[in-house]
Amino acid sequence: MNNSNKIAFAGNRGKGVKSDCFVSLELTTTGGISINLKSKVEVMFGNAIRKQVAGILDFFGIKNANMEIEDAGALPFVIAARVEAAVKQLIATGKEYLLDVIPENTSRTTKERFRFSRLYLPGNSPKLMINAGIHKPDGIILDLEDAVAPDKKFEARFVVRNALRAVNFYGAERMVRINQIPAGLEDLEYVVPHNVNLILVPKCESANQIKQVNEQIEKIKKAHNIKTDIWLMPIIESALGVMKAFEIASAAGNVVSLAIGLEDYTADLGTKRTNEGTESFFARSMVVNAARAAGIQPIDSVFSDVSDMEALKQNVLKSKALGFDGMGCIHPRQIEVIHKYFAPDETEIEKAKKIVNAFYIAKEKGLGVVSLGSKMIDAPVVKRAQKSIDLAVSLGILKKNWRVEMM
Amino acid sequence: MIDDKMKKYDKIVKNAAGREVPTIINGEEHIPYQGVGKYKPTGKKYAPPIPTCADYPADGNKTVSNLKEVLIKAGLKDGMTISTHHHFRNGDLIANQIFDIAKELGVKDLRWYPSASFPCHEHLIPYLEDGTINRIEGSMNGPLGKFASEGKMKGLGVLRSHGGRYQAVQDGEVVIDIAVIAAPTADAFGNANGVDGPAACGLLGFALADSQYAHKVIVVTDNLVPFPAIPWQIHGNYVDYVVKVDKVGLPEKIISGTTKITKSPDRLLIAEMTAKFCDAAGLIYDGFSYQAGAGGTALSIGNYFGDILRERGWKARFIRAGSNKYPVQMLEEGLVDYILDGQTFDLEGVRSMRENPGHVNTSPFTSYNYHSKGNFASMIDIVVLGATEVDVNFNANVVTHSDGYLLHGIGGWQNCLFAKTVILPIPLFRDRMPVILDKVTTLCGPGELIDVIVTERGIAINPKRTDLLEKVKDSGLPIRTIEELKEEAERICGVPEKPVLSDEIIAVIKWVDGTVIDSVRRVI
Repeated sequence: MNNSNKIAFAGNRGKGVKSDCFVSLELTTTGGISINLKSKVEVMFGNAIRKQVAGILDFFGIKNANMEIEDAGALPFVIAARVEAAVKQLIATGKEYLLDVIPENTSRTTKERFRFSRLYLPGNSPKLMINAGIHKPDGIILDLEDAVAPDKKFEARFVVRNALRAVNFYGAERMVRINQIPAGLEDLEYVVPHNVNLILVPKCESANQIKQVNEQIEKIKKAHNIKTDIWLMPIIESALGVMKAFEIASAAGNVVSLAIGLEDYTADLGTKRTNEGTESFFARSMVVNAARAAGIQPIDSVFSDVSDMEALKQNVLKSKALGFDGMGCIHPRQIEVIHKYFAPDETEIEKAKKIVNAFYIAKEKGLGVVSLGSKMIDAPVVKRAQKSIDLAVSLGILKKNWRVEMM
Repeated sequence: MIDDKMKKYDKIVKNAAGREVPTIINGEEHIPYQGVGKYKPTGKKYAPPIPTCADYPADGNKTVSNLKEVLIKAGLKDGMTISTHHHFRNGDLIANQIFDIAKELGVKDLRWYPSASFPCHEHLIPYLEDGTINRIEGSMNGPLGKFASEGKMKGLGVLRSHGGRYQAVQDGEVVIDIAVIAAPTADAFGNANGVDGPAACGLLGFALADSQYAHKVIVVTDNLVPFPAIPWQIHGNYVDYVVKVDKVGLPEKIISGTTKITKSPDRLLIAEMTAKFCDAAGLIYDGFSYQAGAGGTALSIGNYFGDILRERGWKARFIRAGSNKYPVQMLEEGLVDYILDGQTFDLEGVRSMRENPGHVNTSPFTSYNYHSKGNFASMIDIVVLGATEVDVNFNANVVTHSDGYLLHGIGGWQNCLFAKTVILPIPLFRDRMPVILDKVTTLCGPGELIDVIVTERGIAINPKRTDLLEKVKDSGLPIRTIEELKEEAERICGVPEKPVLSDEIIAVIKWVDGTVIDSVRRVI
């Protein structure tokens, strides 16, 4: 392939761009590698950046090139992604420049894990990824779909892949939203081998789409000898999706949650999204019912007014009352409100404590029947109470050794 | 003929902080830093020449028609020290005019002694180049910081804290020949204040020392009222001349971009962690006091303090400020008894100071002064400050950027370090630049006075503060050692290289007692 007079670009620049860089690469035939760096961190990291970039070009076997870099304090994982995205526009190669996986990012998650809050992070905006984990969402979503402009989809994949390997999300479940099937199937190659915990399948309308995703995942897992589970969270975003909700929720054993996306859904219905949510009541109830029937978590849509915390609170309370187990967020400040109001309240916790305590007492005494006062308590009630307790403990509103105080 | 360099600085020694500093600065002898509270001068304070009231008009009318005439009357000549003040911050209109006149009169080698400089003073660069101004002794940032950092200033810069500026005037280290005080309201006798008039900016505390010690004192106003101008924040009895101008300053420019509550989720998190830390450490109680500056993070911390007070039905006794609308709201809501205000940062602060007896104007004398029988700073429970860099021994830098350029003034920063608990809420790294380093580029505050660093990724407590370590150990807050925080930043950003700077010194940093704590080197 002769690309010697084509210039490839990747990354972001301009006012307001931080923790990112913009690179342009031109392959030449002679003269070796020339790296022209303009960096706001030149004093501290200029040499490190030049060394890293030279190393990447060498890795791809590029011997002659002009590389221009406008750097606004990009971290190494970003620089690597930008350079690789530029390289791969110019040369065809199966090689991937992979950063070491940090130990924190080998963590796995369980099917039942709480998924109250999941923070959307645009896949081509590394700045927002760096500190996402410190706000303690249950999950972070590296978004390759709607939050990435069509002409940036290619380069975003490298940022997302590198982030999965090298950015510490401080215990948040690492999720990626791929593009709509079938386009999204190609994204899987960039995420499945890189310790992703969960994949969101947007605009899902059939069990068959889940099947396709799983087939592709299995293929990649086999090629990379990956044994761990990768969970799926389909998003229902259309009238058809709503009607197929149960089929989708029960499509495979690794489907752990069913989410609803109301912006696209209301558009599909030909109506507008309101704060009251009358127009989406049916769809939300369908999703909750389908998920519960399939034994998975129903997850509500995002709330888009990031400045109105009171409206968010009302939204959360409504969502919880409908039966949802969590919702998406698009701003870190929403996380706290979502956790606080999805969490069991004081009355719920007190009741749960009594029930679970009664369960332990019965167990300790070897009784087959759990009773509280004169009332018998069924197993599902105990299970639900235990879930509230676990939740309260994990959120820090109840002490781990709460039973000590009850004795 | 003495070599220019010899005049600028000479006789470099290593001070008690291990920093190399000159002991001859601009031809005069200075004392190297000796440690916190170690340097105790003896003798008497400086005194200006004795005036006689017989030499001043009996009718109290000291007005002179314009700035040029008054500067000539005040005897402006080569080598003098001219002081101005930053009550209008970036809206100062007077300093530039003074040096325009000096240039016109062909006066050379002036020392400018501002209480702070701002980007609006970029206008003065040609005068620094042509020798009208020899040097700035005061903060240098923006274009002036760049000019000085590149070694272009003729004399050696001297940076002092607000308290240090007062100290230097009081002990005669700096003798002010002419003080020019821009006042939003004044009478013909020279009584002046900042609370009234079209250009009201709040208070004139930074000019207090100058009014008392300068040889000639000029009050400039655009709101000349009949005697008496009340309140008289500046006493006319110290004033030689009064000049009326069309416009004395742009009060809307006292609001800087950093005087709004931050919207950044990361900074809000740091603010919240800081408030939680203070609460867990028992530093917040009914009747406590704090000082938080005008930065977005600091203001948010004040808001979180307000939430805690409201929730518990408590009250703070006083807030030391830099006031703007946020502490004013707390005062008006009854969450605090007093604001002890050093400078107002917005027009709400000005209004409150004018209307509310609980909003009190203060000066560096009451709050920060070294040559006095105690000051307020050490009585504050919690002080929240910023920093550009911190090292693993908790030493901090507030004046230079990590590339070596002068970036900020010291302000009241050094003086506030004497509070009971000093907290620096700072991001662990800015873009890719780690904030915690092995060694700060410029030492402004000794680590022994800095108690807590709060970052978004953890809180480091100075090991000296065993009391704080003990109190928060079961709080669930992410307490780390400062070395752990540094390592975490380096894991994310990489290990930074140090700036390569020239050996040439372009400015010195004074400690609160007037000793030299560090030198600032020329950037290459």
